[in-house]
Amino acid sequence: MTGLAQVSSTVLMAFVQIAVVAVGGPLLLGVMRKVRSRLEGRVGAPIHQPLLDLRKLLTKQRMRPREASWIFGAGPVILVATAVAVAAISPLATTRPPLGQSSDFFAIVLVLLLGAVFLALSALDTGTPFAGMGSSRAMTIGALAEPALLVAILAMSIPTRTSNLPALVRIGLAHPSVIASPARILALGSFLVVILAESGRLPVDNPNTHLELTMIHEAMVLEYSGPDLGLIILGESMRLVLLLGLLVNLFLPWGVANRPGALMFVIGLGALALKVVVTGVAIAVFEVFTAKMRLFRLPELLAGGFILAVLGAVTAMAAR
Amino acid sequence: MSNASLIVTATAGLAAAIAGGALPVRRRVGAAVLLTWGSCASAIAGAVQVLHSGHALVLQSSAILPLTGVNLALNPLGAVFVIATAVVALASTLYWLGYASHGLSTRTASTALPLFVTSMLLVPAAASVATFLVLWELMALSSLVLVLTDQSRREAARSAATWYALMTHAGAAAILLALVLLSAHAGGQTFADIQAHAHHMSGALRATVFILALLGFGSKAGAVPLHVWLPKAHAEAPGPVSALMSGAMVNLGIYGIVLVGNVLLGGGPVWWWLCVSTLGVVSALFGALYAATSTDLKRLLAYSTADNMGLVLIALGASGMFAATGHQVTAAIAMVATLLLMVNHSAFKGTLFLAAGSVLVATGTRDLDRLGGLMRRMTFTGAAFLVGALSVMALPPFNGFVGEWLLFQSLLHGLPTANTAVVIAVSVGVAALALTGGLTVAAFVKAMGIGFLGRPRSDEAAAAHEVPITMRLGAGVLATLCVMLGLVPMLVIPALERAAQSAGLVGAPSSLHGWVDLHLAGLHGVLAPVLLAGGLTVAAVVVSLVRRMAHRRSSTWPALHAAEPWGSGRVLQTARMQYTATSFAEPLQRVFDDVIRPDHDLDVSHAAESRYYIERIAYRTTNEDVIERGVYRPMINAVRWWGERVRSLQNGSVHRYLAYGLVALVVILVVVA
Repeated sequence: MTGLAQVSSTVLMAFVQIAVVAVGGPLLLGVMRKVRSRLEGRVGAPIHQPLLDLRKLLTKQRMRPREASWIFGAGPVILVATAVAVAAISPLATTRPPLGQSSDFFAIVLVLLLGAVFLALSALDTGTPFAGMGSSRAMTIGALAEPALLVAILAMSIPTRTSNLPALVRIGLAHPSVIASPARILALGSFLVVILAESGRLPVDNPNTHLELTMIHEAMVLEYSGPDLGLIILGESMRLVLLLGLLVNLFLPWGVANRPGALMFVIGLGALALKVVVTGVAIAVFEVFTAKMRLFRLPELLAGGFILAVLGAVTAMAAR
Repeated sequence: MSNASLIVTATAGLAAAIAGGALPVRRRVGAAVLLTWGSCASAIAGAVQVLHSGHALVLQSSAILPLTGVNLALNPLGAVFVIATAVVALASTLYWLGYASHGLSTRTASTALPLFVTSMLLVPAAASVATFLVLWELMALSSLVLVLTDQSRREAARSAATWYALMTHAGAAAILLALVLLSAHAGGQTFADIQAHAHHMSGALRATVFILALLGFGSKAGAVPLHVWLPKAHAEAPGPVSALMSGAMVNLGIYGIVLVGNVLLGGGPVWWWLCVSTLGVVSALFGALYAATSTDLKRLLAYSTADNMGLVLIALGASGMFAATGHQVTAAIAMVATLLLMVNHSAFKGTLFLAAGSVLVATGTRDLDRLGGLMRRMTFTGAAFLVGALSVMALPPFNGFVGEWLLFQSLLHGLPTANTAVVIAVSVGVAALALTGGLTVAAFVKAMGIGFLGRPRSDEAAAAHEVPITMRLGAGVLATLCVMLGLVPMLVIPALERAAQSAGLVGAPSSLHGWVDLHLAGLHGVLAPVLLAGGLTVAAVVVSLVRRMAHRRSSTWPALHAAEPWGSGRVLQTARMQYTATSFAEPLQRVFDDVIRPDHDLDVSHAAESRYYIERIAYRTTNEDVIERGVYRPMINAVRWWGERVRSLQNGSVHRYLAYGLVALVVILVVVA
């Protein structure tokens, strides 16, 4: 009986986490846009506007470029599916997420990469110059950002001797000194750079651009419309929440439910929402005061992130 | 009879070669393939038996090779390599049935291919220096003949074969020297003799032997800077042959290093393995970088082989370093990671090379800039290539991921060591591993996206048709294996642990366990590939159902409205406006400009009336291997220069030759006196 109860509570927990990330993603976008508008002296759209947009997009007709293959249709689905899978097993509201013991940091990063790869492939599938351009640039940035992230994971994993995400969060809660260790702080810097790059925020990519030549992410999804575009927007916003959620839980783990119990879980959700929104607002403010970097200056930024991560790893090993 | 399977492997292989040479053209390939399958099946049976029982299969005969006799003993380490080779060979020969009509049904090819397969099946069973060298040489020569068989690209194939012949023989010379040194000091030429005496040899001798072996076998494995033959030979060889070379032959280079380093010499000091890892880091980075910037599909795959062998070498070096610093458990796990990376590479690179061969057959070109749109025209081949590409990118839930995860875990857990050199090596290794991963993703998104997706960039690509069923199946078998090994790595891990044990690395008893989730015993590491894949599948199904429901309400249901893509308001969009492989790789090429130093050539001609009007622009960029250009060309030029100098001694004048004779005689007399 307890077994059944445990399974059902696990499944419930997974669903709640997925739902929170899926609804919270578009809302976070709305908040970030609102902050931007206010700082720029505009009123801005309501915070729930992205959700309304999604509802509208889902009622529209599906279209595809004339020569596209099945990859074009599969791309958005896989993008969202990877985000959903990661949302289910990540330590977002609790340090005991469903299937938590196999919630390996390395695996989660690569599952998210699977979604990005499919997006780049579907862009190439459209057979248009802009999509190819976006795909090429996204892959160049990814090829430089991914290593920084992996080494940052190593730097965080060495002191704790595990790359299991819930364990990393738990250790942060139990021993706050681990968070203040030089290795974690260096990894934090690198992680931040990677999040800006992976989620297509300034100074790497301008999410609000309307000129094809300067687009990276937007150029990749130019051909999408209707429900497919809706899925892509949903998937991208979920990825942003996931990356920020992991970031805040690794570096500010307080509030995460560390014990079983519904109340703790709800508190954990509230803490997560608060921390992610604050980080999102900070990024939005940062974006207002930042210009987009030239594409060929980006490697310097990303290499900086990589170096920080390597330094973090070396420090972590030296500290042992 | 315990060694029956070895006898059957050898005789069936020989029979296949003879059938390939003797039978008329219509029956030749079929007979050779059937007999080769017999050879592979019996090799697998023998290898499975060895892995199951843990006892070696021994076959000795003094009747076959004069003076030394044949000495075979298949132990669990060799058995893993035999199985990997046999599986790739089964798929490639199945593929050969369909490919044969494209220039691979000649007597020479039908003899050489079974010989190549059989020699590769027997190399890991060799138990004496003479047997090993004979089989090794047979493997090199038969594959050399096969590289030369593609008649349509004679010039390029000849140049590739020359490079291959030179490099493989230089490597063989180093191996010969290493093994002869060993047997001379051991006083016997069987591996058992050498093993028994290896510990009494001097450190300098052991180091010399190891470095020689590392160079010789490293060149076979495509380790940079000894890799120059690999992108040429693997690209020019016909489809099934390049799959065999990349999926099976390079493994034997790794086998050689393990054989000499771990088995014969019984491990060594940290610096040996530091050399191995350094070689691995250089190969991985260099291979990944060139794969990311190549525009020739098969050359890209070949560079990726150098990259993947680099990863294997990093893992192997890590295993040696951990063993040398006394961390037996992590050393064993790193060795399992080494073997797992290698087995996975065999599966996905075999898939990719077979699919690339199908593309070549269907379109007549390997140039990515002239491909595109093949996913709609060759659905099955495209899907197989996609599986291979996702595996090589190490994305879950495909097999490449499990290998890299295990390597990552072994590096993570192998760190509690006081040895600073090891610590630095490991962190550099992880950084290289990560950078390589990023570049590999870019390379294979390019290969898949430009080669198979979008619109066809040439008439040949537009006219492509799916290849015969045998070719599809050949690639499909290996692609299925990629998925299976990704979902249930426990299918092979117990065997790999046995192999690691027989290489002298005894970890905790079955330190890796769990069919559903892979546990590392004693360390905090769990991975559940099946659950991950299941979760992803369920999520994908649900999401696509949601989309389907949304689409159901639209006016065009069930058809998808097909439209012209957006071109900034331009009405006509042609396939030539698409991004090409060159343009896709341009940003990365520019980022790594200092390393790969590509040649650019921009030619602008202006109209006669006004120089403000441009008549035409020609842009050429070549991306020659920087090591070939910087290291090998100067060496070749130096040899040529020396040849020119020496030639002036030989001008054909009889007087001069008489004078040489006189001078030589005087010198000899003076010396003797």
